[in-house]
Amino acid sequence: MDPILVLRLPRLRYVQARTVEEAAAIVGSDGGRAMLIAGGTDLLPNLKRRQFDVATLVSLRGIPGWDAITGDPQAGMSLSAGATLDQVARHPAVLSGYRALAQAAGLVSTPQIRYMGTLGGNLMVDPRCNYYNQTFAWRKAVGFCLKKDGDICLVARSSPRCWAVSSSDTAPVAVAFAASVVLQGMAGTRRVRAAELYRDDGIDYTTRKRDEVITSVEFPAARTTTSAYWKLRRRGSFDFPIVGAAVVIWWEDGVVRDARGALSAVGSHPVDISSYLSSLRGVHPDERLIAELAAAADKPARPLDNTDLSHYWRKRMTRVFIERALRDAAGLDPQAGLLTAQLKS
Amino acid sequence: MVVRTRVNGEWREADVWPGASLLTMLRDSLGLFGSKNACEQGECGSCSVWLDGKLVCSCLVLAPQAHEREVRTVESLGAAAMNPVQEAFIEAGAVQCGFCTPGFIVAVTDLLQRDPAPNEISVREALSGNLCRCTGYQKILDAVALAARRIREPST
Repeated sequence: MDPILVLRLPRLRYVQARTVEEAAAIVGSDGGRAMLIAGGTDLLPNLKRRQFDVATLVSLRGIPGWDAITGDPQAGMSLSAGATLDQVARHPAVLSGYRALAQAAGLVSTPQIRYMGTLGGNLMVDPRCNYYNQTFAWRKAVGFCLKKDGDICLVARSSPRCWAVSSSDTAPVAVAFAASVVLQGMAGTRRVRAAELYRDDGIDYTTRKRDEVITSVEFPAARTTTSAYWKLRRRGSFDFPIVGAAVVIWWEDGVVRDARGALSAVGSHPVDISSYLSSLRGVHPDERLIAELAAAADKPARPLDNTDLSHYWRKRMTRVFIERALRDAAGLDPQAGLLTAQLKS
Repeated sequence: MVVRTRVNGEWREADVWPGASLLTMLRDSLGLFGSKNACEQGECGSCSVWLDGKLVCSCLVLAPQAHEREVRTVESLGAAAMNPVQEAFIEAGAVQCGFCTPGFIVAVTDLLQRDPAPNEISVREALSGNLCRCTGYQKILDAVALAARRIREPST
């Protein structure tokens, strides 16, 4: 059958790693042509569309402890990178202490994909773009882009950089919770804050080194915490986010001690909006304050014309989804806010 | 490479190249044509099977990833007599061109095994990974309700 009409994987070598050390050694020594595969739900479609040049896939599934979820909201939780999105979305301790994480994991794609896809894989979702997530034939016909096989960005033609969009639902939640990501490579193990895992570039989007495997994500204790994740997508049934808003509020004596937030799909990395939420500290937020903060917190969001639906509208909806997430975390009806009311029905 | 997989209760071997998907292995090597090949990108659910009891898109599983694991396909259902989901699909008229039907049968069976009395929101979420290009969704929802009732009260 014609390999262009039928999406088939390229010739490759498949290796089942027995340990993280073994996986790290293979991807670290294969001249950049080996990739790690966990659930494979993002990697394999991309590979079928020839978005990567890969000679070897190193599977992480089956490494002992690979999908473990331990701890509790009192002490903090450690989620192995291989925990599936379905496990994360349904886990009772995650649901009670880290609700936004369960919401985000549960809003990724479809049941089939959540049974396969992993937390580590979702954090590493390859940034997406209308000019990139296409078949080889489509990209060849339109003209290849900077991210793969070409030399200009088709979204911003004079841009020296790639504007592919960070499209992970769980990444902004990890950033908002100030979670830590544990990476194990040939040189040893290191921990970074979730925000430090990412770079603001559509191609070179992560600080993870080639030989490093994300082994777990550690969420800090969440005793007096509420959180929410609101996701905008074209189809209510399943889609990548075109705006995602994650908000975490730490409470003390009925008032906000601290609040943090981050956005998905409005830049090449998860966009931290915590600095726009600082005036929540010391108060019990009412709907006027929430609307005011949300209306300002969309400032760092830079949607471009390279995902689903118009970027003006996505920019307009960013503040609305920040408001909904804030209201949700503050115990107010998420969709009864002042910014929502300004939308035409 | 030779992949050894327990398919519908029987250990089978297939000689595949490492870039073959489980779907390709089932159809081209093992002659199981129930799982359909449509989008190949994990969007449509036509190739839904169970891998170690979990509902997955077999187009997104590499054949070597299924080595020494258990796969159940739509062929495992109703081999002797139709299962209640299959019966309900026929009775409710939930089959139009029929291409998406095997994937839906597997996904609905999976749902009703976990939750024999799902509400409509649960049904819609559980079937969000299966697309019907004929858009015959209402009849499919009717079939799920009928199958669920039959499973709870077998005499109806």
